[in-house]
Amino acid sequence: MSLPSFLAQSLNGLQYGLLLFLISSGLTLIFGVLGVINLAHGSLYMVGAYVAFVVARATGSLWLALPVAVLSGIVLGSLLERFLFRFFYKREHLDQVLLTFALILLFEEGRSLSVGNDFYSVPIPQALNFSIPIVEGFSYAAYRFVVIGVCLALAAALFLWIERSKMGAIIRAAAEKPEMVDALGIDPRRVHLTVFAVGTALALTAGALNAPLSSVYPNMGDNLLIISFVVVVIGGLGSVTGAFWSALLIGMIDTMGKAYAPAVAGLAIYVLMAGVLLWRPSGLFGQRA
Amino acid sequence: MTKSNGASRRIILKGGAALAAASTVPTGWAIAQSKPLKVGLMLPYSGTFAQLGENITHAVEMYLAEKGGKLGGRDVQFIKLDDESKPDLGPQNAERLVKRDAVDVLIGTVHSGVQMGIHKVVKESGTLTIMPNAGNVALTRDLCAKNVFRTSFSNWQPAYAMGVHLAKKGVKKASWITWDYAAGTESGQGFKEGLEANGGQFVSLLTLKFPETNFQPLLAQIQGLGVDAIGAFFAGGGAVQFVKDYAAAGIKVPLCGSGFLTEGTLGGQGAAADGIETALHYGDGLENAKNTAFRAAFKAKAGREADVYAVQGYDAAQLLAAGLEAVKGNLEDEKTLYKAMESAKIDSPRGSISMSPSHNVVQDIYLRKVTAGQNKVMSTIVTQLADPGTGCKI
Amino acid sequence: MTSDTRLLPHSRNGWLMLTAGAVALAIAPQFLPLYYVELGTSALIAAMLALSMQVLVGATGLVSLGHGAFYGLAAYTVYLVSPESAAQPMWLTLPLAMAVAGLAAFLVGLLSIRTSGFFFLMVTLAFGQMIFFIFHDTKLGGGTDGAYLGKPLISAFGATFDLPRRQRPLGIYYVALIQLMLMYAGLALLLKTLFGRALEGIKVNEHRMRAIGYDTYTIKLIAFTLAGSLAGAAGHMWALHRGFVNPEIVGWHQSAEALLMILLGGLGSLHGPILGALALTGLGEATQVLTEVSKAPYVPEKIAALLRLLGERKLLVEGLVILAVVIMLPRGLAGIGSKRLDKSGGGHA
Repeated sequence: MSLPSFLAQSLNGLQYGLLLFLISSGLTLIFGVLGVINLAHGSLYMVGAYVAFVVARATGSLWLALPVAVLSGIVLGSLLERFLFRFFYKREHLDQVLLTFALILLFEEGRSLSVGNDFYSVPIPQALNFSIPIVEGFSYAAYRFVVIGVCLALAAALFLWIERSKMGAIIRAAAEKPEMVDALGIDPRRVHLTVFAVGTALALTAGALNAPLSSVYPNMGDNLLIISFVVVVIGGLGSVTGAFWSALLIGMIDTMGKAYAPAVAGLAIYVLMAGVLLWRPSGLFGQRA
Repeated sequence: MTKSNGASRRIILKGGAALAAASTVPTGWAIAQSKPLKVGLMLPYSGTFAQLGENITHAVEMYLAEKGGKLGGRDVQFIKLDDESKPDLGPQNAERLVKRDAVDVLIGTVHSGVQMGIHKVVKESGTLTIMPNAGNVALTRDLCAKNVFRTSFSNWQPAYAMGVHLAKKGVKKASWITWDYAAGTESGQGFKEGLEANGGQFVSLLTLKFPETNFQPLLAQIQGLGVDAIGAFFAGGGAVQFVKDYAAAGIKVPLCGSGFLTEGTLGGQGAAADGIETALHYGDGLENAKNTAFRAAFKAKAGREADVYAVQGYDAAQLLAAGLEAVKGNLEDEKTLYKAMESAKIDSPRGSISMSPSHNVVQDIYLRKVTAGQNKVMSTIVTQLADPGTGCKI
Repeated sequence: MTSDTRLLPHSRNGWLMLTAGAVALAIAPQFLPLYYVELGTSALIAAMLALSMQVLVGATGLVSLGHGAFYGLAAYTVYLVSPESAAQPMWLTLPLAMAVAGLAAFLVGLLSIRTSGFFFLMVTLAFGQMIFFIFHDTKLGGGTDGAYLGKPLISAFGATFDLPRRQRPLGIYYVALIQLMLMYAGLALLLKTLFGRALEGIKVNEHRMRAIGYDTYTIKLIAFTLAGSLAGAAGHMWALHRGFVNPEIVGWHQSAEALLMILLGGLGSLHGPILGALALTGLGEATQVLTEVSKAPYVPEKIAALLRLLGERKLLVEGLVILAVVIMLPRGLAGIGSKRLDKSGGGHA
């Protein structure tokens, strides 16, 4: 292991971790406030990537695709909350699991019917289509730095929103003591709608942002869904701060594992999760299990 | 239901007319022969590999049309089944065709995991089966079966040739990058053998999970490996992304690979693929009369250019025809049938091919170089390369 | 809570119907073509898996997404001890597969039962995927393409029944049916015991059970382990039936499918999952029938196109069916016509 290659791998780990954060922060928020686990969260990531692909193919501009993906996320999230999830908050776990499992199937079939099943690549914007040498014999695509920057900016905005805004205060309260929201006399429906829309938009944004780096292909969100679950379990359910540090940790471990110990890389994060569960069953930053 | 009854009655009547005309046919099995030959096409018609399944189907149908709709004197009825490229449903889907629909011949499939399921079923039932794509080496090695043939390739073949080419060119050390699944690791093994047999040194096999596209952790290692070349096996969109990421990472080590790295993907790879050398049993600018005619006919039928998958499907039909003609459509005569297929010399669009003792295709492997958006054939690396077929007892 | 568990039929008529169903399953293969016998075996195996999951979902109120992993693990256990070159008798493979699946469930349970609700769901899912990756990413079980195994020899009391090839599907069908019946009977008896009562108490109100002195952790762990080893029996049967293992059978979609069968058949009964498994297997065949119907000459083109679409899109149909059932039939098929039961163990606190 040489120092330059270690640096390059750290950058890879950071970028992967930040992407995981965008996905898992939405998952943990939606769980923390609404109490539903959305198995279709990985499909939302997939939808974001395909939205970026379709818009970029039609207009030739990824810059346009990104805001379209964010907006689609807000609209899609609002619709899902208003017409489906709202009726499931009080239902049994099994119903919620099956509802979201059905959504996975429907999103995948919808994708298959509308765009098809081919693997498509999404071009990096011309202005950013160059590489920056970072160590001897290894360059880093400029767009990857953009992804890192955008993810960091989004993370900062999310923290500010949760820590400083009134809605954020309600969200924090709701994540700790759901009954408090009712006691405060706030319309919980507005809180639910907002949180669901933001969580969905985060997933779609992650997909769109990463589309030029991952390409788009069927079931692309499946694996990320499972890893995001691990992130949320390690970070603590409902904790956005926990999701942040846990996502970075997993991004690093996964990348370093692939680079230096490929034989055990696949298992490393699960072993970590088992360890955390033994030590702190409610996760590193969790309030309750 | 009513319709299909009517249809089969019509076919029987037609068959009867044919029988009356050809009175030299012995009557003992003539009645069985007058039934149409049921050919099951178990291929992906949905999912990632849908287009491969469709191209294979077009090519098979095209060959049948060239033969006037008959193989070995029998009408042919196709029964298509979408295998969805789902390995866990493989055995059940194969049983649908073999047991429920009682097909005489099964042509399929693309996905090697699904092929394992088909193989299990047909090995037991004895149904004549031709593989038009899936390249898992085991199926024509230790798991080989007397009733199963392959007209595509074994994963070992193209990669072996690539190893041979590099070593002969003077490359001392090389590594192989691929997805960690059968096609990937088997091609890595072929590359290693080809390289080492000609004096090169195989340094390492780098893998990532299928079908992930986060290649960065692997690319960042390449400089440290101290190799003169990197070989790769990826296919489809994964190949597009890999070639682009490889170029963006500014790695000085030249990239080459099994032909699938640049097959059907050049549009997406653009300039990043320029100059990449790959090895495969087909390519652009292959000049022979058969290929020219084949490509024109395929384009007329399918509305798009033929590709290597279409060639493999076409040859599956050619191989079947060779067998059926030898037994005049009587599949019961297994000995003659298999013998004829084993010794068939087929004029394929890719050049001449034949069958190895373990029923895998023996073929030329070409060196191709990406030039102006095409996989231009440069030379033949190995003529009539056969998979070793280790462990096969037929 | 009644004196009898609510998961079993409440009346003599109910038991009679169950018996009639069992008899129908027993004689049906005599009248069916071979292909449908084998399809029936698949349905029975699915029913075993769903029934084992009902121990968690219906009886204890635990929703696990790692359950399918124990099923797949058992199939792989059969592969490891009974490779194609050396088929082993069933009296060896069945207990071994159940023991390995049970042990894995015990270990996963040790950690995951410390959590509850959705946390439990995510943790079981993650551990299940871990088992999946072991078979998918390593050479242990033949890698991504899967591997063949020797079909274990059907044997009982030391006698081995080496059936001729044509009769083997029938033999396997009956082995599956007998196992399913034994599993049902065993669970029915278990649910009537104090242990079964304790499970039901946990499903209704775990805090209260703990308050009155039950060690709910241990009880749940026992249920989880038992369910895992029963899933192992189902997985063993899959291996016996198919003679083939593939990483996909370890994946979490298996768990979701089993949940779906429970949902289809109804949460409130032990026989519900069996109905659900038969119905879902039938649905797979029905979509094929749609394609056939669309080819009939008198069907208008637009309807034919719709039928073709649905026939080709099994997953779309499945998704729509699940959606319709969770929205409209929260009690499953078995709940049609019956009065709504009190909500139990539901919702997020």
